[in-house]
Amino acid sequence: MRMISVLASLAMLWLAQGMQNANADDNFIVLQSTTSTKNSGLYEHILPNFTEQTGIEVRVVAVGTGQALQNARNGDGDVLLVHSKTDEEAFVAEGYGVKRLDVMYNDFVLIGPEGDPAKVAGQTSPAEALGRIAKAGVPFASRGDNSGTHKKELLLWHSAGVDPKEHSGQWYREMGSGMGPTINAAVEMGAYTLTDRGTWISFKNKGRHRIVLEGDTGLFNQYAVIRISPEKHPHVRTKLAQTFIDWLVGPDGQAAIGAYRMDGKQLFFPNASDARS
Amino acid sequence: MHVHDFFQAFRLAADLVLAADADLMEIIGLSLRVSLTALVISSLIGFPLGAAAGIWRFPGRGLIAILMNALMSLPPVVVGLLVYFTFSRVGPFGWLELLYTPTAMIVAQTVLVTPIIAALSRQVIEDLNREYAEQFRSFSVPPGAAIQAMLWDARYSLLTVALAGFGRAIAEVGAVIIVGGNINHYTRVMTTAIALETSKGDLAFALALGIVLLVIALSVNAAVMGLRATAMRYAYA
Repeated sequence: MRMISVLASLAMLWLAQGMQNANADDNFIVLQSTTSTKNSGLYEHILPNFTEQTGIEVRVVAVGTGQALQNARNGDGDVLLVHSKTDEEAFVAEGYGVKRLDVMYNDFVLIGPEGDPAKVAGQTSPAEALGRIAKAGVPFASRGDNSGTHKKELLLWHSAGVDPKEHSGQWYREMGSGMGPTINAAVEMGAYTLTDRGTWISFKNKGRHRIVLEGDTGLFNQYAVIRISPEKHPHVRTKLAQTFIDWLVGPDGQAAIGAYRMDGKQLFFPNASDARS
Repeated sequence: MHVHDFFQAFRLAADLVLAADADLMEIIGLSLRVSLTALVISSLIGFPLGAAAGIWRFPGRGLIAILMNALMSLPPVVVGLLVYFTFSRVGPFGWLELLYTPTAMIVAQTVLVTPIIAALSRQVIEDLNREYAEQFRSFSVPPGAAIQAMLWDARYSLLTVALAGFGRAIAEVGAVIIVGGNINHYTRVMTTAIALETSKGDLAFALALGIVLLVIALSVNAAVMGLRATAMRYAYA
């Protein structure tokens, strides 16, 4: 019995210490982020620079764009970095965000199994490519999670004049998962899927899948940053958040983003200045 | 994932442990800190609760037992959501600023583990009570003292109950990834790190981390069992 109480008090001490640390060290912000920027290793490349310059720690919570928007609406974060323009504009219009600023872009690519069973390669537009996949009934792995990539994919299906939900459970597979697990599944199922280029380049489990369609203007993927409004959530760390955003869209942040390479390839292209000019 | 990756994972795991990589040690440390703290709090609540439910006769006792047993099936992701809504800024305890901290993870795991400790110890104590009830009655031992005496006498079985609770805590990912956020150097634990490596497609590394997690669980179990054997030797020597 005595040993248990000693153990218990030790644990309490440990816990209390942890809580103290959390409160004492207040020089941090919480960044609600899309997953692609985290899984591709971008944050580990750029954030140490920022923390070194400013002493501000950035705590990244990487979830799908849909969940990140919802968490931010609840006030569980100071800054939002996602890639779904319509949703971002709605977020700002509803008063949850202060202002939407372009940060960087890359593009989406359509990947597919070796041999390209739906004969997608050589098509010029995503609409034609998806139309062929639907016609051939070759499996297509959809995120199915309201993420930015998922929303983009649904737009592309719309432009192809196909309602993939009618085929859900057949060739259209709604994974309900993040980008990584969806690619893992696509590789195993021999399915096509839409992914951002950053995630694909840095992805380790490519199997024999390859890019079958890329380069169309319809596949453009813009990332933006939004500071969460103190009017809706007075507790947000406005000053620290603004410092971070200024850095991210300023010369230092933009240069850090542009310098990030994976296997010699650039994953994200800074374009904050384009938007402001 | 192929056979080659599978064997690669074991090599990677061995390399990771031997190199004592600083990041990995930090993640292991946090995993142990969160899960062991949750276990201690759960034990402080669960053992007395389970013992009380195992000893006292009251109407609806059977229902309580069913409820306790059923709560062992609480899905971690549901507990994660409940704790998220509790500590979210729009929730009742948002002002505590605990979301995305190790403390929130401890709370979530405590909610998960307490029913396991309570339900299993209730069974242990109820069985023991069949032997003891008569004696306690004839010496008219007060209920509080009876609970204490029985928890002490059942301590070796209860150790296994605690290990079951620890297993649940250290292995779950659904709750801690929601309330902790898997923040690098702050709330990343073994299971959320495994989920992250899986989403990067680095399956061999993810599995290697899984093997390391198993080794940790093995060590904890071995240490507790060793302690138990030593204690028993002294007790019966």
